[in-house]
Amino acid sequence: MLKGHRTWVFANKPAIIATAAVGGPFEANGRLADDFDLLHEDLWLGEESYEKAHRVLLEEAAFQAMEKAGLEKENVQFLIAGDLINQMTPTSFAARTLGMPYLGIFGACSTSMEGLALSAFITNYGGADYILTGASSHNTAVEKQFRYPTEYGGQKPPTAQWTVTGAGVAIVSPKGDGPRVTAATIGRVVDMGLADPFNMGGAMAPAAVDTIEAHLRDMQIDASYYDLIVTGDLGRIGRQVSLDLLRQHGIDIDEERYQDCGLLIYRDGQPVLSGASGAACSAVVVYGHLIKRMRRGELKRILAVATGALLSPLSFQQNETIPCIAHAVAIEYGGEA
Amino acid sequence: MANEKRKKLTPVQQEYHLFEKERETKRPIVRNCACAFLVGGIICVIGQAISYFYMYFFDFTEQTAGNPTVATMVFLSMILTGLGVYDRIAQFAGAGSAVPVTGFGNAVISAAIEHRTEGFVLGVGSNMFKLAGSVILFGTFAAFVIALVKTIATQWGGL
Repeated sequence: MLKGHRTWVFANKPAIIATAAVGGPFEANGRLADDFDLLHEDLWLGEESYEKAHRVLLEEAAFQAMEKAGLEKENVQFLIAGDLINQMTPTSFAARTLGMPYLGIFGACSTSMEGLALSAFITNYGGADYILTGASSHNTAVEKQFRYPTEYGGQKPPTAQWTVTGAGVAIVSPKGDGPRVTAATIGRVVDMGLADPFNMGGAMAPAAVDTIEAHLRDMQIDASYYDLIVTGDLGRIGRQVSLDLLRQHGIDIDEERYQDCGLLIYRDGQPVLSGASGAACSAVVVYGHLIKRMRRGELKRILAVATGALLSPLSFQQNETIPCIAHAVAIEYGGEA
Repeated sequence: MANEKRKKLTPVQQEYHLFEKERETKRPIVRNCACAFLVGGIICVIGQAISYFYMYFFDFTEQTAGNPTVATMVFLSMILTGLGVYDRIAQFAGAGSAVPVTGFGNAVISAAIEHRTEGFVLGVGSNMFKLAGSVILFGTFAAFVIALVKTIATQWGGL
């Protein structure tokens, strides 16, 4: 049901019945290592190319989630997922392995919540019994596509971010137990004219602010309604900028309850500069870490706002600015839900 | 961002630009310069040592020792790139490891390694000079222009 301008409220509250997160070596050294189902010590994952390794990440996460939910792949109606690589081949090739009806989506690093919002919408209206949704990224595959060769010695500025190697997936169902998706706000494209691909956080911050504001306005609630508002991959700079922007716009938000997935995943001292990024960043932190915390009862209501920078290497070379987007999904567990 | 580019933005975008700039982590320029000086200097000292090595142990003069020295330095840089060390040195050293000839070697070999998965012809062959290609093109062109200026100056300028 549409509420306000661009927020869906799900009357049937579809549940996230199972989640899975797979990570790489850098994530294994990170702060959330215990929340991953599977961690790889080798970036290649035993494959011939980084792109193939990327595909394997999503496949493994999907199989892990299905095992946890006690489902066979024939029972899952749809796969809704995406990644950052050209024409989204890792996800599409994983869909070939999984053999499920598949909808590929691209929202850059906001793909995870775009997928969850769509999955919740479809299951809420009886469109499916089970939907598998998720996002994945692979550090070196993405670096290769968007920046320089991985072994190239170019100094990155302190505003740069580190792409997460991993995949996070969730199985959404109208029945069953688990944290429930109650609402979702679809973002619009916001371009504040920043063009530096080594400062994505600064470019994406206004998109996150726009979506959070729209969500609170549409739902007619206060920011304090949520135990945690978590952004996707704004990093250190983006988080500060968005926090200041929200305050400037008169939204009082508790700093402790406004976190960023890109800052949660790694330890201090890991050479990630401004924080983590990548399509897998919000996916593994929300599906690996936060959903587990909700199940433990530490969090009751969260708003996950995945942010994406919709640029391509070509658009950057042609001096285009970076358009950004953010999608927000409200997840609740326990209490009145 | 250059001022010229900023003029194309709307007033709201410009305002945000300044807002964001205030909160951006600045590049530590003094520290970067010191690191670049240090590492660049070390690389040059190694190069000088290799050059002396060729002069004392082989039949090279100060003029001719340049070629084998450059080849050796590029070779060393290739080994370090292949072992995945060079990009780590570069994050610390910045221009210090990018400007010497080792940086050029790194640019070539890193692209070659990266595109090995697409095969030798379409991968390594066509991508190897992806980064270094512009250095070669504009380096050669600049040399040509300078040579032209020199020729004109000496032939007709009476220098």
